[in-house]
Amino acid sequence: MVKISNELIEQINENVIKGRRHKEDEDFEGGSVGEPGVEELVEEALKGGVKPKEIIGCINEAMEVVGKKYETGEFFIPDMMASAEAVSAGMDVLEPYLSSTGESMDKFVIATVEGDLHDIGKNIVALLLKGAGFNVIDLGTNVPADKIVETVRAEDAKLVGLSALLTTTMRRMGEVVEKLRAEGIDAKVLVGGAAVSVSYAAEIGAIYCKDAFGALEAVKND
Amino acid sequence: MREGILVKPYERLEQEQLERIHEASLSILRDPGILSYNKEAVEIFDDNGAEISAHTEYWRISIPEGLVEESVKHAPSVVQLGARERENRLILDGREPRVRFGTGSEANIILDIAVEDFVSEETGIKRSFPVFQRRRGTIQDLCQAAHLCEHLPNVDFFIRTVNIQDEDITEGNKDVNKFFASLNNTKKHVMAGLTNVEKLDDVIRMAEIISGDNNEPVISFITCVTKSPLQFVEDTTQNLIEIAKRGYPVSISASPQGGSTAPLQEAGMLAQLNAEILAGITLAQLVRKKTPVLYGSVPLRVRMDNLDNMYGAPETNRYNIDGVQMARFYGIPCYSTAGIGDSRFPGIEASVNKLLSHLFIALSGAQYIHYAFGLLEGTNTFSFEQAILDDVHIGMIKSMLKEQRIEEELQDSLTMIREVMNTSHKMFTRYARRYLHAGDVIPFYPFEGDANETLLKVKARNEELLSSPVDEIPEEIKKRIFQEFDVLERIK
Repeated sequence: MVKISNELIEQINENVIKGRRHKEDEDFEGGSVGEPGVEELVEEALKGGVKPKEIIGCINEAMEVVGKKYETGEFFIPDMMASAEAVSAGMDVLEPYLSSTGESMDKFVIATVEGDLHDIGKNIVALLLKGAGFNVIDLGTNVPADKIVETVRAEDAKLVGLSALLTTTMRRMGEVVEKLRAEGIDAKVLVGGAAVSVSYAAEIGAIYCKDAFGALEAVKND
Repeated sequence: MREGILVKPYERLEQEQLERIHEASLSILRDPGILSYNKEAVEIFDDNGAEISAHTEYWRISIPEGLVEESVKHAPSVVQLGARERENRLILDGREPRVRFGTGSEANIILDIAVEDFVSEETGIKRSFPVFQRRRGTIQDLCQAAHLCEHLPNVDFFIRTVNIQDEDITEGNKDVNKFFASLNNTKKHVMAGLTNVEKLDDVIRMAEIISGDNNEPVISFITCVTKSPLQFVEDTTQNLIEIAKRGYPVSISASPQGGSTAPLQEAGMLAQLNAEILAGITLAQLVRKKTPVLYGSVPLRVRMDNLDNMYGAPETNRYNIDGVQMARFYGIPCYSTAGIGDSRFPGIEASVNKLLSHLFIALSGAQYIHYAFGLLEGTNTFSFEQAILDDVHIGMIKSMLKEQRIEEELQDSLTMIREVMNTSHKMFTRYARRYLHAGDVIPFYPFEGDANETLLKVKARNEELLSSPVDEIPEEIKKRIFQEFDVLERIK
């Protein structure tokens, strides 16, 4: 039994690195299709009695390997995203077990602000944070400030991510921060997107993230 | 085998125009004919029915049309070039527009980059800048250039890039040294010109010792038989005759200069270029039928301020595109020319200048494109850093011209699109991974930065590649070579 669970843990680790969510997924070389992915492996591990904590530990370790491979130039953003997706697929399976044991993941509300439909950057951040073990609540694009504030309050989220590509829509970020503070919510607000700058972020009382890795760093330092 | 990239060739001329040029070249070879400063060539043409008239310093050979046409038919369409490593061998087919790139020239000067720190008078901020230093090339440079090119993935063959000007290099030992320096540092095909025809057999024997049982020759030769316009040079013509007698592959190159030693206009240039190359091919086939030859097309235009070569001129490209088409008309593999410019320094200007020819000559479908890496200031200077930049850019061109795979990709793509539309993020990144990791796409431009940063990055890359070892010739074979030939001990 121990041997089987060790093997499963190893396979989960391997498949996170390969970025395989489920058995239909290919790995980074186009192979492995048909073999169980993170989703199936986590399910099997849980059924076999492996503790959710142990699985999360293994996933975190795998993501560290992925991060290192990115740093050394062996992996690229598509690899990071695929791995994060695989983690996310595993987390979906894990979630009911976590809530039943009272464990929970930090919540992160993310949105592209009102008037803006650009969401590539926002999607990368959402994925990578999911991969880093956050419970990401993605509100999508063109999201009014009130809806963001309402969600943050309802979910009791401690982290908020706002994205805007246009200088015209960027101003909405300030509005969101203002409304959050007016409601007495002190969640940390991360902002990013082509139009946003360090000085603008400072002006509205938010944290500037140059890219998705900046966002990861910012939440890790929390 | 290095397959090359099969392209749909860009062509300027119609079939009828190719035939007109062919006829014009034949008519040039009859009248005014070729002026030969080489006696043996005259005798060979004389024996085969050409009309000879003697002058004080040369002979005029009037070559009958039939003799040229008959001889060209004997030139093989397929030329096989071996290499120390079998995966590097080349099979050039003159009928097929399959493109490969290699180095070339025998540049006298090496341009080094040193890094110096400068402090801004205004801000006091210190920054590093590249500083250029020029010096004469040595045999060590040739070893290092071959070493670098062994590591550059887009170099398909190696032609000596540097003229070795060491004090202990003599006319008697230059050939064995340049071939050894090249062969010891790269497992790709090696081609070079011959300094001293008396050393030809030494060079061939050395190459055969190195290649062992390999049937394809790991070396081949270049001879610039004609001095434009239309003159057989004594020594290079002798080189051709001797190489052809031994059946070794040889590029017969001609380099008429539009505006000085050839007409500036396209038609005149092309007719003369073709006549000069056909004269060489005819001679090679008369010496030995089926001598493997490359159609060596190296035409260019001159500058109008000093009549120096102007490789970056638009006409140079136009002539070269036509040369490739002419070679294909005969079904003979084309040794063509791209990647030379007029810039004196590595970096942006040089790369832009070079890319015009890299791209268009590749599009024209030349089988064997020389001069493509590292040259600056025409063919005078070689820069290791520029060679690395050229490698990246040629890699992009090869990638751009890759054969389409619509049929096999389509079903896969439809599945992918449907799957991605079911996700929240709607991104296709995961499916890019297999191409990324197979090396099919370059992830980003590797030397991003302002002009200075780029050069500093490339310099660092050069140092990295030169410190990464190559598979040299096995020790026991080296030992034999050093016993038999006058190869300098210090390049062992």
